[in-house]
Amino acid sequence: MHLQLETVAVFAPLLGGAIAGLFGKKIGDKAANFVTCTLMLASAGSAIALFYDILLKHDPRTVQLFTWISSGALNVSWALRFDQLATVMVAVVTVVSTCVHFYSIGYMAHDKARARFTAYLSLFTFAMLMLVTADNLVQLFFGWEGVGLMSYLLIGFWNEKESANSAAIKAFVMNRIGDFGLALGLMATFFLFHSLDFKDIFAHAAEMQNATIMFLGHGFGALNLICALLFVGAMGKSAQLGLHTWLPDAMEGPTPVSALIHAATMVTAGVFMVARMSPLYEYAVDVRMFITIMGGLTAFIAATIAITQFDIKRVIAYSTMSQLGYMFFALGVSAYSAAIFHLFTHAFFKALLFLGSGSVIHAMGGEQDMRKMGGLYKKIPHTYVMMWIGSLALAGIPLFAGYYSKDMILEADFARMGHVAHFAWVLGVAAAFLTAFYSWRLIFMTFHGKPRADKHTMDHVHESPPVMLVPLYVLATGATFGGWAFRKFFVGRMRFKFWGKSLFVLKGDNVISMAEHIPSWAGHAPAVVGVTGILVAFWLYMKATKVPGKIVKAFKPVHSLLFNKWYFDEIYHALGVVPAFVVGRILWKTGDGKIIDGLGPDGVARVVAKGSRETSKVETGYVYHYAFAMLLGVVAFITAYIFCVQR
Amino acid sequence: MITFPILSLMTFLPLLGAFFIFLLRGDEKSVAANARIVALLVSLVTFGISLYMYAGFNGALPGFQFVENHPWLPGFNIHYKMGVDGISVFFILLSTLLTPICVLASWDSVKTRVREYMMAFMILETTMLGMFSALDLVLFYVFFEAVLIPMYLIIGVWGGKNRVYAAFKFFLYTLLGSVLLLIAILAIYHQTGTTDIPALMSSAIPPDMQKWLFLAFLASFAVKVPMWPVHTWLPDAHVEAPTAGSVILAGVLLKMGGYGFLRLSLPILPVASHYFVPLIFGLSVIAVIYTSLVALVQEDMKKLIAYSSIAHMGFVTIGIFAMTTQAVEGGMFVMLSHGIVSAALFLCVGVVYDRLHTREIARYGGLVKNMPVYAAIFMIFMLASVGLPATSGFVGEFLVLVGAFKVSTLTTFLAATGVVLGAAYMLYLYKRVVFGEIVHDDVRKMKDVGPREIAIFVPLIALVFWMGIYPTSFIAPMAPAIEKVITRYDSANHIVPHTPTGIATPEGR
Repeated sequence: MHLQLETVAVFAPLLGGAIAGLFGKKIGDKAANFVTCTLMLASAGSAIALFYDILLKHDPRTVQLFTWISSGALNVSWALRFDQLATVMVAVVTVVSTCVHFYSIGYMAHDKARARFTAYLSLFTFAMLMLVTADNLVQLFFGWEGVGLMSYLLIGFWNEKESANSAAIKAFVMNRIGDFGLALGLMATFFLFHSLDFKDIFAHAAEMQNATIMFLGHGFGALNLICALLFVGAMGKSAQLGLHTWLPDAMEGPTPVSALIHAATMVTAGVFMVARMSPLYEYAVDVRMFITIMGGLTAFIAATIAITQFDIKRVIAYSTMSQLGYMFFALGVSAYSAAIFHLFTHAFFKALLFLGSGSVIHAMGGEQDMRKMGGLYKKIPHTYVMMWIGSLALAGIPLFAGYYSKDMILEADFARMGHVAHFAWVLGVAAAFLTAFYSWRLIFMTFHGKPRADKHTMDHVHESPPVMLVPLYVLATGATFGGWAFRKFFVGRMRFKFWGKSLFVLKGDNVISMAEHIPSWAGHAPAVVGVTGILVAFWLYMKATKVPGKIVKAFKPVHSLLFNKWYFDEIYHALGVVPAFVVGRILWKTGDGKIIDGLGPDGVARVVAKGSRETSKVETGYVYHYAFAMLLGVVAFITAYIFCVQR
Repeated sequence: MITFPILSLMTFLPLLGAFFIFLLRGDEKSVAANARIVALLVSLVTFGISLYMYAGFNGALPGFQFVENHPWLPGFNIHYKMGVDGISVFFILLSTLLTPICVLASWDSVKTRVREYMMAFMILETTMLGMFSALDLVLFYVFFEAVLIPMYLIIGVWGGKNRVYAAFKFFLYTLLGSVLLLIAILAIYHQTGTTDIPALMSSAIPPDMQKWLFLAFLASFAVKVPMWPVHTWLPDAHVEAPTAGSVILAGVLLKMGGYGFLRLSLPILPVASHYFVPLIFGLSVIAVIYTSLVALVQEDMKKLIAYSSIAHMGFVTIGIFAMTTQAVEGGMFVMLSHGIVSAALFLCVGVVYDRLHTREIARYGGLVKNMPVYAAIFMIFMLASVGLPATSGFVGEFLVLVGAFKVSTLTTFLAATGVVLGAAYMLYLYKRVVFGEIVHDDVRKMKDVGPREIAIFVPLIALVFWMGIYPTSFIAPMAPAIEKVITRYDSANHIVPHTPTGIATPEGR
């Protein structure tokens, strides 16, 4: 049988995950690692070959597998749609995932359940690949829920830890709230288009511009409604403000998971989905405005939280949320290609930062609190350099990957006229300053100054083994050259051919072209604030080290607000979780118990069962009861029949 | 044309088996052992016959197949008429599949009166199969009511501490329903002069009378589903029933209500069905949200799954009464999926109950450490219950919601919240039972599932994925029969169906 590259790219991880998951105990951890890593390499190799074929030779294609659900007009198939957008995503996912797979061999070397871990990683990758190669919304939903499930399993990987279990459930349920919106979006889409295939939806999107849908008693613009509902899903998966609280808690999982799921792939699903649905979003102007605002707020608020956190992984987690905000406000101003470009570069430098911080944690024997670190750069120089590269890329320092993509987003945003876009631009620039600041705060607190860990820990600090460092080098290469090398394809002069028809922008509204003509001060602003941020961090954490404490004291309420993550968790707990349990208990004890049972069977029972309970044995009693019931029925039957016939 | 009476053979073979078990003689031990073996063999042969029957079933036809028709009470025009269509055939397969599983699940756990227990299950199978293949109202009624007798006994004799209360509650609820159902059947007979179900499907009963009849049917079927607020018998019945009793109760008996609606209420009383849609939607939505919240706070595993069953059944009634192709097919699919998944979940509870003899959630915790295979099996069914795509649970709920969206966005919206709550209570259950540290010493000694238990679960796991990944094998054969019901409903209510293909113009709606 002829094996297609497309099939290998998507199904090799499934095969690996299945083998490691089902037979991990039998074949042992080493063999499980070997199988999954080999198959991931095969997958990534195929993906790169496809990247070359499809993106550089402009040859998109779809592989049909078989019918999935067919019910009346609803027909969806399992299919692998490899157009330009999907191919970019497949390449990013498989390359980062391969790095994470290899890195995990070293990072998880002392864990008891390595086979299970590597199986989960592979299955997660598979779910993500099914998501991005879907050619209909239902398969996208399959991948969407699939990555949700795998992240649940990976976050709760250390399942004897109470906090890990709670974080896992939180991630799943939070995502489910988003999925609830996404699912309603699917239903509205089917209602409007009578199809859930992308090709049918996109072909008829323009005709539906003025259609309305009655939803919950109100008439809504159909495309606005659909896009808004779909965006709720994206908010959940991509941790946008409001549905974001699961992301920082997700750091309960082993660090490679954070790199894979919570930086490079899963959280980008929302960004991907909006870009995928660009033919609809282009007509949903109101929703795009909302997305711009949400993206800007998320970028800014997440960054404000990041500057106060002490857990090294949490800082990076909030930074992810912030960067996702950037991607969304790019989507909001129709700069889809810029959003995907940032997704692409971000995948490399964020995975690098997470794996680098994992290397730090590994060296520190599991310590994640930056207050207990410091002075590590001499002991783990490779990791130190990697963290610098990642941070330079994240902060958008010229020549590093993040510079090109973040700049493009902010320029496109500036070029877009209107208050909303400019509001987001201001927040974006402010967030850029904060980004640089917290990144170097992290570097200085972790690697510089006097060691704050005890001597025992410091003596055991060691550089990670090559199996962990090599993936870092690969990612660092991407974080360094990814922006510069691919700029012309993603957002440069080759962009039209590169993207083909996979991204849709209304004619005469190309914000990427307009971005070339913005004033130079606006163009340079992000890089300038970035450098300023680094300098401020240097001053506060290297020179005037007592000042941060004073600032915290002087602005106690503000600091508490930021440190406690704007109290989202507390508010949700009080308004969502607690009432659900209280209401549940009331409905159970009072509703079912006192009202329904009290008035119904128990009340009747008190009257009827008084005598018979003592006198007759249980079994015979009930046969008797039943016979009595039948008798009653027959009597009623006969009476009624006679009555009817006589009439 | 005389055809081989395969339906009657299949239906009454278990009864013959029960008689054979009754004749077993010897000391208690050997009788018990033989009873088990006979019951297993008979139920497996019955399953084989049902598969053979399904192999000959033509899924492209909307009408009834393998029809047997003999005069029963000739003076009253009442017949012994059996037959299956795309709707009933799957319930028959579900019943014949679950019965041997129940026998296997009771292999070691039932120790008293094994002979009578196995007889009860054999009789139960006969009545279930008869109910699903009956094509005459009186015959249907006989089987429909007869199903409950063995079920009573299974709960009342082999049940837990509070079996008296549970069986009594069960009895009270069904009593009311069965009397009203009988009266309704009588009235239909009086009105139309026939009890032939296929003939009634094209009869025209006056709309006003339809409404009364509908309410009478509702009284009976709503209890079986169960719909809110006549659901409170179910948690008690489940808690007290032995494992296999819960399996068959959740797997098959809860489908009797949905089947009744689809087989009788909608085709025979289409106008009244349409009239009462808001009532059904309202009760269903309450069921979904109310019972999901109640499930969240349960401390007993079986109660939690029982409440979740009620929530799932809410989706069924929404789907069936939305009367669009996707919704009804979805409702059917939820019933089949729930038949597999909830049965499996009760089996999962049974596995740990056999070891620790408690259903209290707090008594467990950390099972994954010593029972990893069990944890994986439980996980699969938990996720199927949550409705994860590629498991059977997703397809049905998704189709119901897609189909219901056309009819009522509010209902769809509220029902869809059940998907979030469903994830919450199931994951919370799973976390408390399977994850965490082991705190109780007796839990530490629990052994993982053995070969017999794995043999029970494997076919169910295969079905969960088959139904989730390639549901066409199930939906395609039921589609013609469902389309027939929908066409009748639409024409009786003058509903112009939504344009099935192509893009409608926005002005058109």
